[in-house]
Amino acid sequence: MTGLFPTSGENSGGGLDFITWEQAWCSEVLETPVRPQVTSMAAPRLPPPDPQFVLRGAQSAVHALHFCEGAQGQGRPLLLSGSLRGLVHIWSLQTRRVVATLDGHGGQCVTWLQTLPQGPQLLSQGRDLKLCVWDLAEGRNAVVDSVLLESVGFCRASVLAGGLQRWMLAVPGRGGDEADTSPRPLLLAGYEDGSVALWDVSSRKVCSRVACHTEPVMGLDFDSQEARGVSGSAEKALAVWSLDEQQALQVRGTHVLTNPGIADVKIRPDRRILATAGWDHRVRVFHWRTMKPLAVLAFHSATVHCVAFAADGLLATGSGDQRISVWSLYPRT
Amino acid sequence: MLPVDGFGFWEGRELGKVNHRMDPEVSAVRLTILEAVHILSSSEDGGRIFCTLESLKRYFGETENPALPEEQEEFARIHFSTFLRFLVGKLSPDWLELLPDGQMEELWASFFLEGPADQAFLVLMESIEGAASPSFRLMKMVQLLARFLSVGRMAAVMEGQCRQQAGPAFPLLQETLLTKVVGLPDRLGNRLQRENLATFFPQNYFPLLGEEVLRVLQVVVDSLRGGLDCSVSFLSQVLGKACVHGRQKEVLGVLVPRLTVLTQGSCLWQRVCWCLVERVPNWAMEAVLKGFVEAAPGPEVLSRLLGNLVTKNKKAQFVMTRKLLFLQYSCTMPMLQSLLGYLAMDSQRRSLLMQAGPTTHQVLKELLETWGSSSAIRHVPLVQQRYVSKAILICLAHLGEAELQDSRDELLASLMEGVKSRLDSSLPPVRRLGMIVAEVASARIHPEGPPLKFQYEEDELTREMLALAMPRPAADGPSEAGPSFALVSGETPDRETVDCSGPQAGPEGSDSELDSDDEFVPYDMSVDRERRSSKAPSYVRGCLEALTGSEDWERWEAALWALEGLIFRSPAATQEVSVELAKVLLHLEEKTAVAGFDGLRQRALVAVTVTDPAPVAEYLTTQFYALNYSLRQRMDILDVLTLAAQELSRPGRLGKAPQRGSPDPGSQPGGAVVPAWRAVVEERIKRKTRRFSKGSAGQAPAVGPNEFNLVAGYFFFPLLQHFDRPLVTFDLLGDDQLVLGRLAHTLGALMYLAVNTMVAMPMGKALLEFVWALRFHGDAYVRRGLLSAVSAVLLSVPTEQLLADLLDELLEARSWLGDVAEKDPDEDCRLLAVKALLLLEKLRDKLLPLSSP
Repeated sequence: MTGLFPTSGENSGGGLDFITWEQAWCSEVLETPVRPQVTSMAAPRLPPPDPQFVLRGAQSAVHALHFCEGAQGQGRPLLLSGSLRGLVHIWSLQTRRVVATLDGHGGQCVTWLQTLPQGPQLLSQGRDLKLCVWDLAEGRNAVVDSVLLESVGFCRASVLAGGLQRWMLAVPGRGGDEADTSPRPLLLAGYEDGSVALWDVSSRKVCSRVACHTEPVMGLDFDSQEARGVSGSAEKALAVWSLDEQQALQVRGTHVLTNPGIADVKIRPDRRILATAGWDHRVRVFHWRTMKPLAVLAFHSATVHCVAFAADGLLATGSGDQRISVWSLYPRT
Repeated sequence: MLPVDGFGFWEGRELGKVNHRMDPEVSAVRLTILEAVHILSSSEDGGRIFCTLESLKRYFGETENPALPEEQEEFARIHFSTFLRFLVGKLSPDWLELLPDGQMEELWASFFLEGPADQAFLVLMESIEGAASPSFRLMKMVQLLARFLSVGRMAAVMEGQCRQQAGPAFPLLQETLLTKVVGLPDRLGNRLQRENLATFFPQNYFPLLGEEVLRVLQVVVDSLRGGLDCSVSFLSQVLGKACVHGRQKEVLGVLVPRLTVLTQGSCLWQRVCWCLVERVPNWAMEAVLKGFVEAAPGPEVLSRLLGNLVTKNKKAQFVMTRKLLFLQYSCTMPMLQSLLGYLAMDSQRRSLLMQAGPTTHQVLKELLETWGSSSAIRHVPLVQQRYVSKAILICLAHLGEAELQDSRDELLASLMEGVKSRLDSSLPPVRRLGMIVAEVASARIHPEGPPLKFQYEEDELTREMLALAMPRPAADGPSEAGPSFALVSGETPDRETVDCSGPQAGPEGSDSELDSDDEFVPYDMSVDRERRSSKAPSYVRGCLEALTGSEDWERWEAALWALEGLIFRSPAATQEVSVELAKVLLHLEEKTAVAGFDGLRQRALVAVTVTDPAPVAEYLTTQFYALNYSLRQRMDILDVLTLAAQELSRPGRLGKAPQRGSPDPGSQPGGAVVPAWRAVVEERIKRKTRRFSKGSAGQAPAVGPNEFNLVAGYFFFPLLQHFDRPLVTFDLLGDDQLVLGRLAHTLGALMYLAVNTMVAMPMGKALLEFVWALRFHGDAYVRRGLLSAVSAVLLSVPTEQLLADLLDELLEARSWLGDVAEKDPDEDCRLLAVKALLLLEKLRDKLLPLSSP
């Protein structure tokens, strides 16, 4: 099902994210009026929250996390984690135990995990320069296909799932494309020179490019409804940028952090909050619309490598201390 | 001649003191009245009485065939009051009912309301005071008086006095009238007790009096326009007397706003107003002027109302330039601004404020001298010091450069002296006052010199004072327009408020999706600190090395951060190097810009002291009196000793792990904070638990022996030893009184923390001796320390021992405390002394039940 399409490998960047034109502009909410903050600072601050539970047993640093909306376990979703030693663990959030372990990257670090919404297929990217496609249906756990990558950078792949059985994959160095994608797909890529670029995939051209950081971009996420995105880099700041109707990227602002180094940035599916994984062992939670800092989760004792949100708002963070912590912050009502 | 002269032969009791003057020829008026009196006293026929009374009314001159003017005059002068007294005597229910529908009463009252007002008023007052209470006659008279006031006859009373030319009996009558007019509320209140009418309450009567004065003034102005002479001195006296009675607010509150408007365009009104204030007798001048200054909305108005009074009247000058500024400090800031602005407005008055050459009264110079005198700083209450400082700032704002230049040297001299003695003070408010005034005044007096700049915290007071120093706009601005505007349209403010509230409703109802986002309350993010490199030493000895020898500043910082925790984690290792560590910490200097360096160092020192109290305390106390320490270090030693003692004496500290203070520098180290989760849990337990007995629901206090017991001596006694021996660099009894004050406070705190220890008794004795030696110290901060030390002794030493061994000292201390509580210029000192006295009282109460059986 996958085809390959070579994109320019000029810069082995830090992050890739697909958006579609339709997603970006046909939705009704284009901009949200910004209201001045009127929070009363007099009220005593809540003490920092504790994790809901902690998953131990990965036995090496956790580098990738992904929630898989329960195909098998009807109630709660599964959590997939990729470890430094090349194993992918599938955790049941009900029993909080490992359900299955996949070994397909030859002991090399797993850096990216993604399931496809339609089928029980899992994509995993590893430091062995391979991107594997797994079939997990009915308890199987076999590699059905794999793509050889040429990039040795930190860049993660990204996937755009289109219609049934059709999806588009962007990988660093070499990208993949299925010919028949009806709307014009756009791809966001973060580069090691600190810039974020928007690619028009079908015409294979850069639409817009903006320098957000002075250090390599390590992670980015995009809110296609508001056409705003956020990126984190090795430097001490988060950058918020937006995409206007001419498909031009503009830096909206930077948010200075206490310590440098952001490994991953994710916006919650309901677009209310976002979480960053920090090299300073802390997870920071911000209000997405205002970028107001909401919480600093100082639970992990080593670099936090990845954060992931479930569809129901659950937050999972994976760290170099071999633990995965799961948090329930500002639950959706 | 008194007008009560006359019919002595038929109403003899009223004429006891009056000399009889029988005219050789009995006048027609007299005959008429004699006849009328005869008819009235004998007849029971209502109609006849009515006719008789009606006929007498022609002497008032208002009927169609009035009597001849000389007859009217004779009636008013000689017969009227006597006749009124007779009428009062006739008053009874039966007599009034001789005619139907209250006609008789109406006629009777008309004599009082239409006849000459002063005599009617005097007779009314006299008969009210003379009537038996409670009686029909009294009630009738009181109602008549109320009517008399309500129809404005009081203005007629005063008007009469303004028109009258002085005769031989005039002053006496005026005196009587004055007393009765001003004393009316008191007299009526005394007479009627609970039956008093609201009209006669002072809060109602005096505004009415103000209105009436104003009406008389109007009449005076009108007659002056018509070319008639009038005198306002009676009005001045009324005003003066009312003000002396303390009714400035009521009378002037009515008078001043109206006069402000009336004098605005009219010179005549201004002259009348000046005259009114000038004629105020000396004994009332102060009260009246204070009232005017208070009621006037600004210097412009004051200047218009008072004119150049201060230059004409010695008493007024004394009140305005000395009494209100130097002898009192009760004026509010607007009053002070009005007063000084008034003085500055006119060139003649301005010379009082500031004049070239050596003249007698110069307000600014004297203010600065008062401000600069070091004895005043010590003996004058802080409130008054503030008052004088503000007056200086206002003065400076009013004066121009040129005027100040003329006597610059003198002003600077007294200013600098004051600044110096203020900066030496150990009380922060006094120091701050010195800084502000120095900054502002030096900039004004010596503008070309380098500006003085102090560092002080901004607060309400500093802002207020700096605002005072800004020159006021001289224009007749909004302060003027205010009252007249209010008079014209009373409803305007309402409309404005309505207008204001209108647009506010707009932004409230914005869309709800945004509102719900604000429910995201941020969590506490204090943990979000800069991550330090992992160079922190893991052992106390490592820290010691890092702090002394290391040139690696990151390591030095990390060691400082880690030290407190390490000390608590490994007490044994700490004890090996405790004194050395204390030494290093004491001499530690801030080499990098570490956030909260002082707090970190202090907490580490406290931790060392707590871990190994005896040797460290011994070391610290000897260093307190050693050479070559800065005052800061000596005060640090005192602080550390206090905090360590507090930690040691904290009940239950053995059971719990020592709490690490939160790292932000502002927090008080050692303060036990109940963790939030515990509060939540306890709240939950409380909610779900039903208690059958209502005992003390509170947490039982943690119990344990006072650890401070064993080491209190090491902390306390060495500090007492050398305070009276000056070193080259350190003289506690001399210049370093700030440290002495701190020492006194520390000793008090140590004493207090030594409660329930064996050593409390000798400590208390030594401390009382220390206090006794220093009790007359000139610095308020030291005295406060001593007073709190006395309280600590009373609280910590067991009662029996106090009474057995310290009785003499206590008795001595008590007389001293009594003195301080009464006479000390510092308010806090007085308060502390009173508290100590209360503690002593409690001791005595404890003693009495023991000794009584």
